[in-house]
Amino acid sequence: MNETPMHYCPGCSHGVVHKLVAEIIEEMGMEEDTIAICPVGCAVFAYRYVDVDWIEASHGRAPACASAIKRLWPNKLVFTYQGDGDMACIGTGETIHALNRGENIAMIFINNAIYGMTGGQMAPTTLMGMKTATCPYGRQADLHGYPLHITDLAVQLEGTCYVTRQAVNTVANIRKAKKAIRQAFENSMNKKGTSLVEIVSTCASGWKMTPEQANQWMVDNMFPYYPLGDLKNTVE
Amino acid sequence: MDNKKDIVLLKGNEVIAKAAIRYGYDGFFGYPITPQSEVLETLAADKPWETTGMVVLQAESELASINMLYGAGCTGKLVFTSSSSPGIALMQEGLSYMAGNELPGVIVSVGRGGPGLGTIQPGQADYYQAVYGGGNGDYNTIVLAPNSVQEMCDCMGKAAELTFKWRMPVIILSDGVLGQMMEKVELPPYRPRRTDEEIAKQCPWATNGIGLKNRKYNFMSTLELDPQVMEDRNQKMAAKYRQVEAEEVDYELYRVDDDTEYLIVAYGISSRISMKAIDLLQEAGMKVGMLRPKTLWPFPNKIISQLSERIKSILCVEQCEGQMINDVRLATEGQATVFHSGRSGGMVSSPMEIVEDFKSMARERMSNKWPKGYWMK
Repeated sequence: MNETPMHYCPGCSHGVVHKLVAEIIEEMGMEEDTIAICPVGCAVFAYRYVDVDWIEASHGRAPACASAIKRLWPNKLVFTYQGDGDMACIGTGETIHALNRGENIAMIFINNAIYGMTGGQMAPTTLMGMKTATCPYGRQADLHGYPLHITDLAVQLEGTCYVTRQAVNTVANIRKAKKAIRQAFENSMNKKGTSLVEIVSTCASGWKMTPEQANQWMVDNMFPYYPLGDLKNTVE
Repeated sequence: MDNKKDIVLLKGNEVIAKAAIRYGYDGFFGYPITPQSEVLETLAADKPWETTGMVVLQAESELASINMLYGAGCTGKLVFTSSSSPGIALMQEGLSYMAGNELPGVIVSVGRGGPGLGTIQPGQADYYQAVYGGGNGDYNTIVLAPNSVQEMCDCMGKAAELTFKWRMPVIILSDGVLGQMMEKVELPPYRPRRTDEEIAKQCPWATNGIGLKNRKYNFMSTLELDPQVMEDRNQKMAAKYRQVEAEEVDYELYRVDDDTEYLIVAYGISSRISMKAIDLLQEAGMKVGMLRPKTLWPFPNKIISQLSERIKSILCVEQCEGQMINDVRLATEGQATVFHSGRSGGMVSSPMEIVEDFKSMARERMSNKWPKGYWMK
């Protein structure tokens, strides 16, 4: 972790996940063997926090970028870090095909059901009835379609070796999430296929709540729709 | 692998693939599209990953291809993609990112008729796309324009050199005729791919996690929240572009001498057809020669301006409704009238059509209907 002004809002899940990523890279001794790809969205500045070589991909294209890099540098740890708008909306094509090719990369997917950086618009993962700046009366199927379960889709693809859904709202969940990310990174190094770690996250600012309210809202509303746990593990 | 040159009869697209392997490219990322699919097909058949270690990947779209190129370029690898008009259109955003981060990468564009899905027959309607780009922001890309299968081969070597020398994407602007036609070609000897140590030495800026004993961590980003920092970056790139314009202009003159009265300006396949037209016109006693830009950016402005001082008029031949003609007009600095000749939409000029367009241009000039410098299409 670097000394850098915190750009994330109070209560945001990104900070915790960044710390986990940094800890795992250090514990694995991979500081000089990691190529990380950050998205467009709130995590666009991820490179300021974690000391490894970083590439900022264009919106949604991190999995394509990472695919090429891992094939050209097979002995490096290559991972992407993306939000729901980036990975599950504008970059769905690149996501599905990287997963399906079984690229030996780890993908970290922060799902907070909203576009955070642009000010709280509807995301593909926005829950039914949930209010955002672009569905101010709540998400409705006839107007907006349904939330995209991209992590569940990933389970069906033969290229994925490890698909899991985690959260970082409690100490116990943080420990589980750390174990999951470590597993994903090890899969990348052991060339087992693609690993996808979804972190169901809060966006207190976008949801217009206090951090505590956001955590509770996530437990009450997000977890029933995006239940935590391993969805697929072919490595064990 | 032997180390000698080989003389073979091949299609332009096949040569692109074989040249890449021999020039030590690290990777190819592309998506099928007519009329360039033989590039990926040849790579897949030749299996360079078993010999030179070159990576070959069929991407899910041109959007993915160019972003694979972007990622690879960030890590200092020598990689290329190839596509045709609509596919290159899809890559424009990625090109802007590559230019913005000053990344190496080679893009082979085998043009067909447009706009939209257009035709699968040859075209040169992507001059604007290549030279002016469709990506956002202040940037340029070097554009090489081969006019033979041999030059398709040579351009792969030249592009590999220029893209690292200047740290900017290089486009090889070809067309469906050059891609599909077969000619004798001398393939270069095999050049080994660079080692990790060589890449670290050549690209200390790269985000590849190597050489970290001697450098800080790198990051690649085109995002600047401070407009002053962004302007500084733009001005630094602009200074580089002015240097490229001063050093890398390349062109060829055909049958131009002190008595030349008329000039044809043409690139790519149009220059080959124009050579035949010029031979016919010279037989008929016309004093006409050709200037062929081998680089479209940077454009050979200086030589066009010099020739414009002493010639009667210029015929710009291109297989589109007139795109390069505007750069030719600017280059004349108003000293010569420039006329258009060419077909579009996948149709290709015959030498006789160029001869006829030349004759009507010469008649216009002789009737003095148009004052010198008048811009007429």
